[in-house]
Amino acid sequence: MYATRTRRARPEPFAVHPGIAERLGLPYMDGTLALSAAALVAFSVFTLAQATKQDVPGSPYYYVDRQAIYGVLGIVSMYLLTRIDYSRFRELRVGIYTFLCVSISLVFVFGFAARGSRRSFELPFFSFQPSELGKVLLVLALAGFVIDGARNGSEWQRTVRYLCLGLFPAALVFLQPDLGTALVYGAITLAVMYVGGVRWTHFAVIGAAFVALTVAVLVVAPAVGTPVLKGYQEQRLTSFLHPSADPSDAGYQQNQAKIAIGSGEKTGRGDRATQTRLDFVPERHTDFIFAVIGERYGFIGAALVLSLYALLIWRALRIVTLSKNSYGTLVAGGIAGMLLFQVFVNVGMNLGIMPITGIPLPLMSYGGSSVLATLVAVGVLQSIHMQARLSQKGRFAW
Amino acid sequence: MYLRSDERGPAVSRRLALRLALFGGFAVTLFAILFLRLWLLQVLDGEKYLAEAKNNRTRSFRTSAPRGEILDREGKVLVANRTSLALQVNPRKLPADSRQRRAELAKLAQLTHSTLPRVRRIMHKELKLAPAAPVTLRQDVGHDLVYYLQENQDRFPGVEVQRVFVRAYPDGTLAAHVLGAVGEINEEELKEPRYKGLQPGDKIGQEGVEDTYDRYLRGRPGLTRIQVDALGEPTPNGRLVSKPPAPGKNLKLTLDGPVQAAGEAAMAERGLPGGFITMDVHTGEILALGSFPTFEPSLFTRPLSQAQVNETYRNPAAPLTDRAIAGQYPTGSTFKLITAIAALESGNLQLDEVIEDPGQFEVGGEVFKNAGEAVNGSVSLVSALEVSSDVFFYNLGYRMWDSGQLQHWAHALGIGRPTGIDLPLVNETLLPSKHWRDQLFKEGGTDRPWSAGDNIQLATGQGDLQTNPLQMAIAYATLGNGGTVVTPHVGKEVTDAAGRVLKEFDPQPRRHVRINPAYRAAILEGLHDAAQNGGGTSFEVFGNFPIPVAGKTGTAQRTGHADQSWYGVLAPYPNPRIVTFVTMEEGGFGAESAAPAARKILEAYFANQLAHKASPEEESEG
Repeated sequence: MYATRTRRARPEPFAVHPGIAERLGLPYMDGTLALSAAALVAFSVFTLAQATKQDVPGSPYYYVDRQAIYGVLGIVSMYLLTRIDYSRFRELRVGIYTFLCVSISLVFVFGFAARGSRRSFELPFFSFQPSELGKVLLVLALAGFVIDGARNGSEWQRTVRYLCLGLFPAALVFLQPDLGTALVYGAITLAVMYVGGVRWTHFAVIGAAFVALTVAVLVVAPAVGTPVLKGYQEQRLTSFLHPSADPSDAGYQQNQAKIAIGSGEKTGRGDRATQTRLDFVPERHTDFIFAVIGERYGFIGAALVLSLYALLIWRALRIVTLSKNSYGTLVAGGIAGMLLFQVFVNVGMNLGIMPITGIPLPLMSYGGSSVLATLVAVGVLQSIHMQARLSQKGRFAW
Repeated sequence: MYLRSDERGPAVSRRLALRLALFGGFAVTLFAILFLRLWLLQVLDGEKYLAEAKNNRTRSFRTSAPRGEILDREGKVLVANRTSLALQVNPRKLPADSRQRRAELAKLAQLTHSTLPRVRRIMHKELKLAPAAPVTLRQDVGHDLVYYLQENQDRFPGVEVQRVFVRAYPDGTLAAHVLGAVGEINEEELKEPRYKGLQPGDKIGQEGVEDTYDRYLRGRPGLTRIQVDALGEPTPNGRLVSKPPAPGKNLKLTLDGPVQAAGEAAMAERGLPGGFITMDVHTGEILALGSFPTFEPSLFTRPLSQAQVNETYRNPAAPLTDRAIAGQYPTGSTFKLITAIAALESGNLQLDEVIEDPGQFEVGGEVFKNAGEAVNGSVSLVSALEVSSDVFFYNLGYRMWDSGQLQHWAHALGIGRPTGIDLPLVNETLLPSKHWRDQLFKEGGTDRPWSAGDNIQLATGQGDLQTNPLQMAIAYATLGNGGTVVTPHVGKEVTDAAGRVLKEFDPQPRRHVRINPAYRAAILEGLHDAAQNGGGTSFEVFGNFPIPVAGKTGTAQRTGHADQSWYGVLAPYPNPRIVTFVTMEEGGFGAESAAPAARKILEAYFANQLAHKASPEEESEG
C-alpha cells in the first residue's frame, strides 16, 4: 500500500546525452559530505601509519593496510548505496529488523569471544561485528515503523511501540555485553522518535525514567546485592569522576589519555609523542585514537578532525531538511543523531569529560565493521540527497 | 503529528523546522564543549600535561651508595659495610588477580618467617610513601632462599632480589652507644631540611655519630634514568642519564679502641647499669664513652623480631640509653671538688682554714651526718678531700646557701647546662638553685622554698642534683687544665677512601674560668691524697697504681635505690692529661664498684707506660 513509485525515465525526444559525471550521478551527490567522510578515513589511515608501526611485531603496516582496505570497501559501498533509492528500505523494514535481531543473536551462538564479550563473527579476513552494521539497519527499520505506525493507536501507544522496537536490539547488544553500542542504539531510537515528532511530554517521561533507571542500576542494585552492570562496566562509567593512579584502573587510562592530548599542546609532538607510543594510553588504535591525534598533531590536528565531524553532521542535518519524503527525513535524522552521539561520547571520553563506554570514533577508530557501517550510513545520506535533487529536477538519471 | 503525507516534498513543516533548529543548536553546543575542552587541555594547560607526559615515560633507578666507614683514632675499623641480599616485591608485577596475589604473599611471608598481615602492613606503609616502587620485605635473606626463589621465578612474579649495603660491626657491641644505628628515613624526617633530596627507603643514621655526622657518612646514591613504556619495561636504547653512586666519607673518631674496650669490659664485669667516660682534659676529645647494659648495633640491620623489640625497647634496664651522657643522677662526694672551687674563689674558705668535724652538722634543727658515722676531728681542705669529710663541705654549703655562689661556680663548670657534645639524645640535667626551688614552690610543685639544707645537700652532691658522668668529667677537666671548659666531642676528622683528611673537628672551648693556681694545686693534692695516700677513700684501689693520679669517690643516695657508686679521676697527677668518670647504679661506695672500673680504664690508657715501668722492676728482680 505504500509501494514506492519507481519511475522509469521515459525516453525524451530531444535527450541530451549525459556526460560521464552525469551518468555516475556525481552532480546529485553531496560533495562536501563525501569529501569530509573520505578525509576522515584518510586521516585515520595516516594516523595509524605513523602511530602503530611497532604495534604488531614484524608487520608495521598491519593496521594501516587493513584500515585502508576497509576504507576503500566502505567508500565503494557508500557509492553503491548512493545509487539505490533508500525508500526501498522502508518496504523491507520488517526484513531488515528481523535480520538485525537475528544477526545480533547469532553472535551468542557462533560468536568470537574477545575480552570476555561475544560481539563478532570470525571471518577469514576480518571479524565481522553485526552490531555495528546494526546501527544503520536500526535507523532504516525504525524510521519505517515510525512512518507506518503514524496513524495506528494513541500517541502513548506509538511512543511505547517505538521504544520497545528500539530497545529490544539494544538489550540484545547489552547482553553481549557491549554497553557502548547499546547506548548508541538508544540514542538512535531517541533521535528517530525526536525527528518523528514524539511529544515533548513523552520525552520528559522517558528522561525521568532514564534517570530513575541509572540510579537504580548504579546505586540501588549494587546496594541490594543484584548488580546489573558488570564490575568493569560500572567502574568505567563512574571512574571519570575520580581518576586514579592504579594502572589497571579505568580512571588511570582516562587520565593517561588526558595527559596525552594535553601534552600535544598547539602543534603536537609528532614522532616525539610518548604517551600514545609507549603504551600509556590503551586501545590507541581504536577507542583512544583521538588521544593519538591530540598528542601527535596537537590542537591543530585535533581541531581539524573535530571540524570535519562538525561538517559531516551539518551536512547530515541539511539532508534532513532536503529529503523528498518523511522516511528520508527520519533516516537522515537518525543517522545525524547516531554520528553526533558517537563523536561526542568518544571524544568526550578522550578529553576526560565522558565515561569510558567503548564507543568507537566513527571513521577514525580502527575496525572494519565500524568503518563500513559508518560509510554505509553516509551512503544512505547520499541516497536521500540524490533522490531529493533528482525529484527537484523532475527527472531521473536512470 | 506533522507527518501527514509520505510525499511531503522539500517543504519542511514549521514544527519539524523548530525541532531541527533545536537539534542543530544541540549539536553546536556539544561541539562547542568539545572545542573548549580541547583548548583548555592543549593550549591553556598544555605545558602541565607535557611535563606529566615526560615524567611518565622515565623511571629513575637509584643505586644506593655505601655509607662511609667509622674508625677509631688509630684507624681501626669500628663500622664497615657488607653487601646483603634484600627481598623486594614489585607491586606492579604482582598477579592482578587478588586471590593469586594473596596466595603469593602468603607463601612469601612463610618463606621469610613472617606472617601475611605483617607483610601486608609493610607493603601498605611503603606504598603510601612511594606508590609503585618496589617494597623491601626482608633484608639480609639467606642464599638458600634466593636460590629457591630464582629456581621458582614463575611462581613468584614480582619478587626481586636486590643487593644492598648494610652495616657490619667487626667488634660486636664495642662503642654501640657512640656509633648508633642506621635505618630507613621516616615520613617526618623526609620533611626536615637536613634530609633534603632523600627519598622514601633511603637509609640515614638514626642515633649516635651515624646521626650527627650523617651528611658526611651518607654518600650520594647513583641515578639511572631510563625511558620506559606503560608497563615499566625499559624501551630499547632508552638509557637517558647515568650517574654512579658516590660512597660516603669515612669518619675517624677520637675514641681509643683499647681504652673503650677496657671500660666496657669493666662495666660488664660488675654487671650494674651505669656509664663511663674518658676525655682528654685539654681538647675535649672523648677517648672512651660507654654505658651498660649495651646492645648489638647489628640488630638494626634487619627487621626486629617481637622478642628483640621487647628486649631493646621495653626492657626496664633500657640498653639503648647512654647513661654516660643521658643519665640523671646525684653525684655524691665527687661534687665536692666543685664546692671547694666555689668556696675558695668566692672567699668563703681560706686555703689554710681548719674546720672541726665532730661527725655531724646541725642547722635549723636538722642534723647532717658524715657517711658511715665517721668523726674526722680538725680538717683542712686537703685532708677533707682525702677522707671525704662531709661535715667540712656541709659547712661550706651552709656558708654559701643564700648567695648562689655554689650554683654560680657549678654552672660555670658546666653542671646542669648543655655540653655541646656531638651526640644526640642528651637528657635535661638539673642544678638545684634558690631561684629554681622558689619558683617551683610558687607554682605548687614542692612543699617548701629553698632552704640552707638544700645547699648543704648540694655541696656534697646530694638532694635534687641531676647530672651525669659527662658533665662531671667536663668540670674535673676544667680544674685539671687550669680553667678551660672544653667542648666534648667524639668526631675527629672526615677522610676520603684514600685516607686524606677532608675536614677536622676541633670545636672551640665553651668558655674559660679563672681558677687560682694555688687553689687548683690544693684541690688536686687533696684528690691525690684521697687516691694514693694511706687514709684516702680510694687508697685500696689506687694505692698501688704506679702512676700518680688524683681521684675522688662518690656515694650518691637515690630514693628508691641502693647507693650509687661514683668515681672521678684525673691522671697523671699533678699535670693531668685525661679525666675518667665512672658511675654504677646501686654499686655502693665509690671505692667499691666505680673506682676499680676506673682503674681498669686507666690501666688500658697507660698500658705502654705501665709496661715500661714493669720491665725495669723485672730486670732488677732477675
